[in-house]
Order: sequence, then structure tokens, then C-alpha cells
Amino acid sequence: MTETVAATSSEGRLGRMVTTVARQREASLVAVMLILGVFVAVQAPQFLSVSNLVPVTVLASIIAIVAVGEALVIITRNVDLSVEAIMGLVAFSVAEILSRKALDAPAAMAFGVGLGLVLGMFNGFLVSALRVPAIVATLGTLSLFRGFDYLIAGGKQVTLTELPPGYTDPARWTIVGVPLFVLIAVAVVVVTSLVLRQTTFGRQVYAVGSNPDAAAILGIRRGVVVFTVFSVCGLLSGLAGVMWGIEFGTINAGAATGVTLQVVAAVVVGGVNIFGGSGTVVGAALGALFLTLVSNALILLRLSQFWLEAIYGLVILLAVAADSFVLRRLRRTFTGRRSR
Amino acid sequence: MTTIRRLVRWEMLLAILVVALIAVGATVSPVFLSANNFSNLSAALTEVAIMALPMALVIIAGEIDLSVEAMLGLSCAVLGFLWAEGVPLWIGIPTVLIIGALGGALNGLLVTRFMLPSLVVTLGTLALFRGLALVVLGPRGVSRFPEWFTTFGFRNVPGTPIPWPFVIFAILAIVLGFILHRTWAGRHIYAVGRNVEAARYSGVRVDRLKLSLFTLSGVVAALAGVIFTARFASARADAGEGMTLTVVTIVLLGGVNIFGGRGTIPGVVLAFFTLAVLGNVLRLTRVSTEMQSIATGALLILSVVVPMVAQQLKLAIERVRRDRHPPSVGHIAGAEAAGGEEAI
Repeated sequence: MTETVAATSSEGRLGRMVTTVARQREASLVAVMLILGVFVAVQAPQFLSVSNLVPVTVLASIIAIVAVGEALVIITRNVDLSVEAIMGLVAFSVAEILSRKALDAPAAMAFGVGLGLVLGMFNGFLVSALRVPAIVATLGTLSLFRGFDYLIAGGKQVTLTELPPGYTDPARWTIVGVPLFVLIAVAVVVVTSLVLRQTTFGRQVYAVGSNPDAAAILGIRRGVVVFTVFSVCGLLSGLAGVMWGIEFGTINAGAATGVTLQVVAAVVVGGVNIFGGSGTVVGAALGALFLTLVSNALILLRLSQFWLEAIYGLVILLAVAADSFVLRRLRRTFTGRRSR
Repeated sequence: MTTIRRLVRWEMLLAILVVALIAVGATVSPVFLSANNFSNLSAALTEVAIMALPMALVIIAGEIDLSVEAMLGLSCAVLGFLWAEGVPLWIGIPTVLIIGALGGALNGLLVTRFMLPSLVVTLGTLALFRGLALVVLGPRGVSRFPEWFTTFGFRNVPGTPIPWPFVIFAILAIVLGFILHRTWAGRHIYAVGRNVEAARYSGVRVDRLKLSLFTLSGVVAALAGVIFTARFASARADAGEGMTLTVVTIVLLGGVNIFGGRGTIPGVVLAFFTLAVLGNVLRLTRVSTEMQSIATGALLILSVVVPMVAQQLKLAIERVRRDRHPPSVGHIAGAEAAGGEEAI
């Protein structure tokens, strides 16, 4: 009996330590970014210029918004590989609608976000109602959505001149010096973070991810939670797709190809456990900012852009290796058990 | 036993699908059954098909290797770089195969020694290997490979419509199929995929097995890079971009369970033919190639949904039957009594 109590309390302490590690991940990411920023600013002063920082933070915001959605999905022990296809399909559909003048700009943008939500709901339906493993379902919808994208595009692209005048301006708008897109991303992060930390639903998201069976026994409707996170992930990918269109103007069917890798990398670097149950959306967003800054630093320091991918890979490996190292240490210290 | 029966049925479904697609192809296009078309059909997905074979073993063992397409690119890049520097191919090809083994072993070590999830590890090495490929070769392409090499890439075995790379696929399928279905190593792979702890306690050297599977996956991906270079007669660092998804699609479509423990090599081979014939039919009927991506995605999802729905239906039917004819207590007692009499 006493043993059980001791084990429970040490597990509880372990849980708190895991949370602390996640916090530390956020703090250490900020610290690393500051050091990197100072170093790059000294080596290449144009780093701090508005003409450099605005596009970098705007791109980081777009990736961060998707990373928030992906983090929600990964915390429930699932994964969404179709985010880049949702972004691409939304970006192209919105551009196509605008070039045909079928809807005005606000309506087209709302349509884009709504389309993202519907595609996300389709993913959620496959995973929660039809019980298709998330990795298989979203691998399938990745080809499916991208296929539709190519089908409606038919090889052409929508250029800047076909869009309504001034449509791409919001990407350069700033409010008291902060780009509008950054504010949108911050709002998404704050709202999602509050929902995760302060609401029953947020608790349920973590519960489903850390132990699905226990969550079901507690009366949490797993299917509903999983369906909701996939829908939200689709909605945020749709939003990011609309923003992608505004940022780049000229859009073809291949828009946002390869973004899934960046998004999952950002989430993992941000300290979200790939096996679910722990991590924060703040971490995921910081991870997105960090990866974008690394890429910008490489360009400014005139290092070959070719190193970028290799460094991405190393960063991901280091982040997970550090996680597993710290966790194993903690587990050994606090439960007196070897992890094997 | 039931799982085996279900797998056999899945492979039957795939076989029927292939035959149906061939029938459709033969009716819509006069050139479909020509020998030349068979060469085209089997060549288009060769590298993907070759990488799908070790991937099947990796997934059956409960892991995944997302880095194969990048290893293909790295192999291409190093081979091209060495050739451009004047190193003959008989040194270049073994070199890239060794690099493939080392890269695969790196994946395996990170998964087994550091106990990291393979999904994340190979996502990292996917970027790492691709980055190294770009660093080695840069944006340029290397061509002017010797004739015997490119001949191997896109010519057929003399007197047959079978391209040389397809021969490699066939040999690899037979060897890996034999290992998986006829040897203790194969049984260990299933055991690890079904229940890793149980396998460990029954004396399976789990870490060594996983390490060898990842190494195998790396070597085969490097081999696919050599074939890719020969087939296109040029080496580029971005070779094979996006192939991993098709590789995983073929494996899952072939009936391999994403969570491990289940799947067969014949299933994977049939899935390759399904996709190859489907793509070929779509091309010949001039249906836009975009439809291929849609069809692939739909097939992948259906490959999981259909067996699951069938299972649910079967359960529902059984439940209804049981409700209609509840086994009466007297009946069972009578049967027991009868059995008892017989024993006497």
C-alpha cells in the first residue's frame, strides 16, 4: 500500500518534471534564438532591418499557425501529414476564385478557411469514425487533396496581376511596428493555449494523448476529441493557406509543397512528444520561429543554402535526443527504475 | 489462423483488382498488351517498388523509415560526384552502397541505442541525407555515364520485355519474401512487430534485428539511387523527392499493418502491380495524370476502411444470428451427455 502511494507520488513528481522540461524547452528555444539573433546581427547587420525581419516573421507566422494545429493533433497521439495539401488546395482555390471574380476578397478568404475546416473534418471523420490510423488516413488525404489541387489547376497558375489590386498588401501591414500576420499568429497561439490549459476540453486533449484507454474509461468521448483536433488543424491549415496566397501572390497547384516536414519538425523541436500526451502550442510556435530564423541566418551569413536541409535534420535529431536523454535521467532519479 | 486467412483474402482482392485493371486497359487501348508497354509499365515505379520491399519488413517490425527517398538522392549525388571527379563506377557503386549501409545503421542506432521513435529519427535523417546530397553535388546534374551503365538502366533483358531494373526487383522480392516467410529471422520480425516485450523475453535480439532492418533499408535505398541514375542517365541531388509517400502507400496497400506484426511480401508485390497498372491505364486513356494521385490516395484509405467495415458487418451478422438462435442450455447439456456416452 505504502509502495503504491510512493510510486504514485513519484509518478506525480515525474509528471511535474516533464512539464518543467517542456517549459525549459520553451525557455531554451528563446535563449538559443536570442544568441543566434545577436550573432547574426553582429555578422550581418541587415538581419535587423525591417526589409529582412518582416518577410521572415511573416513566413514564420504562417508555419507557426499550422504548427499549432499539428501540435494539437500530435498531443492526442495522432499525426496530420495532409496539412501541406490542405494549404495548397486552399491557396489555389482562393486565388482561382479571385481571378474569376466569383467572390470578393473577404468572402473568398472566408471560403478558404471554411474549405480548410471541411478538409480537416474529413480527416477527423476517417480517423475517429472509420478508425483508420491517422498516419494512413492523412497520407491518403495528402495525395487526395493534392490530386484535387492539380485537377482544378490543370497546370496553370494564378499570377499577381489576376488578383484584385492591393490583395497582397496585408502581408506588409504592420500595427505599431508589428506585422499583422505576426499578430494573427500570436492570437491563434494565445487562444489555443488558453483553451488547452483552462478548459475541460484542453484537459481531455492531453488525457486522450497520454492514455487513450484510461481516457475512455473516464468517460471522455475520444472520437469527439480527435475529430475536433483534426477539424481545428484543418481550419488553421486553411487560414495558413489563405495567408500563403496573400504573402506570395502568384500561386500554382504546387503551393506549400514540403511544408508538412517543416511543421512536424517545428512541433518536435518545440518539445511536443511525438507519442502524444505532452507539449505546448507555445513551444510548437517557437519551434516554427526558430527553424525560420535558422534558415534566414544561413542566407545572411552567406553559408550555402544547401546546408539548410542538413541542419534542419540535425536540429530535429538533437531536439529529440535531448528530450529522451533528460526524460530517462529524470525517470531514473525519481522512480528509481531503469527505463528499460 | 484467421489473420492468415484474412491476408490471403486481401491478396486475392488485390489480384482481382490487377486483373480487372488489365482487362480495362486491354479494352480501352490496343497497345496495352504490347511488350513495349509492359516495359514502360514496370519501369515507371521501379525504384519505389525496390524500396518498398525492405520498408515492408521495417513496418512489420513496428518501425518506419521515412528517410529512404533522401538516401536515394544522396546515393545519386555521391555517385554523380565521384563519376565527375573521374572515379570509375566499379568503385563508385560499392561506395554508395556502403554509404547507404552507414546511413541506415545511423537510423538503426538512433532508434535502438537512444530509444528514439523511428518516425522522428527518420524525419530528421530525411532532411539530413537530402541536405548532404545537396552539399555534395549542389544544383548541377552529372551525365555522360558509360553506355553499359545507362543500357542497364533502360534496356530490357535481351529477347524479353523485362527491363533490367525489374530483374533486380524480382530477385530482391524473392530473397526478402523467403527470409520473411520461411526463416526464423522472418518469424522474429513478426514477433517484434506484434509484441516487442514478449519477443525480447522469448530471446529475440530485438535491437540487433531492428539495426539490421534499418541497415538493409539504407543499402536498398542506395541501390535504388544507382538504378535511378542509370535509368535517367543523369545524377541529381533532388532525385527521388516525394518518393517515400509512394513507397509507404505501396506497403500499406499491400496489406501491411502500419502498427506492425502483419503483412506479406506477395501483398506488397501485388500492390506495386496495382499502382503500376492503374497509372498505365490512366495514361493510356489520357485521363489527366492528376487522377493518379487521387486514385492512389483513395485506394490507400479504402484499403484500411473496407476490411474494417467487412469485419464490422461480419460481427453484426453473427450477433443477429446469435440473437435469433440463442444456444439453449438443454441443447448443450444434451450434447455433453451424448459425448459422455460415446466416451463410455
